[in-house]
Amino acid sequence: MSACKASSPLLASAGLPRAADGEPVFAEPWQATAFAMTVRLHDQGLFSWETWAEALSAELHKPGRKADGSDYYDCWVAALSELLTRLSVASGPELEALTRSWQRAAEATPHGKPIVIENDPLRRG
Amino acid sequence: MSEHRHGDGPEHDQPHDNHFTDMEARVKALESLLTEKGLIDPAAIDAIVETYETKVGPRNGARVVARAWADASFAEWLRRDATAAIASLGFTGRQGEHMRAVFNTPETHNLVVCTLCSCYPWAVLGLPPVWYKAPPYRSRVVIDPRGVLAEFGLDLPADKKVRVWDSTAELRYLVVPERPDGTEGFSEEALADLVTRDSMIGTGLALSPEAVR
Repeated sequence: MSACKASSPLLASAGLPRAADGEPVFAEPWQATAFAMTVRLHDQGLFSWETWAEALSAELHKPGRKADGSDYYDCWVAALSELLTRLSVASGPELEALTRSWQRAAEATPHGKPIVIENDPLRRG
Repeated sequence: MSEHRHGDGPEHDQPHDNHFTDMEARVKALESLLTEKGLIDPAAIDAIVETYETKVGPRNGARVVARAWADASFAEWLRRDATAAIASLGFTGRQGEHMRAVFNTPETHNLVVCTLCSCYPWAVLGLPPVWYKAPPYRSRVVIDPRGVLAEFGLDLPADKKVRVWDSTAELRYLVVPERPDGTEGFSEEALADLVTRDSMIGTGLALSPEAVR
């Protein structure tokens, strides 16, 4: 319980963007995107919400989670990746390669320009 | 895993290059792969984000509560079949979950948590606040609800019972707070202004009319 001091640890959310009612919603845009993709895939019947809840719960209960919940959406993305692998929509290595490709594309894109995957030097080569 | 940058990092001194964190790149990878396979399209994703961020929000829930305060037969319906009563106002869950409304009374205060993960009635409350998803809240609410409520500034009388409701993927709870005194004759809109998101989770009470003046 070291994370729970007498003050209000539950309300601490420094640096987070605020929703209309003043409360933090997503810490970063990628979290909202991951959330929305999951909702959309469920809408389209790719998996049941129960299946999703189980996948997310499995990630959330792995040892080594942060006490303040700041890695919540990391778990969300891990759960989505795992579920898509299990459903044979994507393979782990495929996702990994695509992730690295996006990182190279970002590094190769001049500041102020939109980052597109075609900017990955290895992809063009 | 993901690198979390802290405040005054050197990134401000590097104006030229772009960078994706591991998580940003991974979500981009998922997005591009799913788009390529025709499973999602970016416009639909943006629309969902926008809906949850700005359009849904806790105001839907506030309207449900205000109607229950103003209309005894709606309150009775809400108590009996919250899923249908809430749907009658046009709010339905995307996950097909069932809703149950739990009513605060002078004797009992209700508090909602999800100990499994962080199920939350999005259709009526929007996206959950960060603390709702944090392990300290989830684990401690069950063990020490009064202590947690005190941290939210809510000190309940010792003789008031606290009931904790654990949400699941199939069943989500909406707390109907007690109607504040001095609100006789208020319109539903005026009543809805008194209903905070926290009061519908149970970590707060409805505002008094003086508080919103």
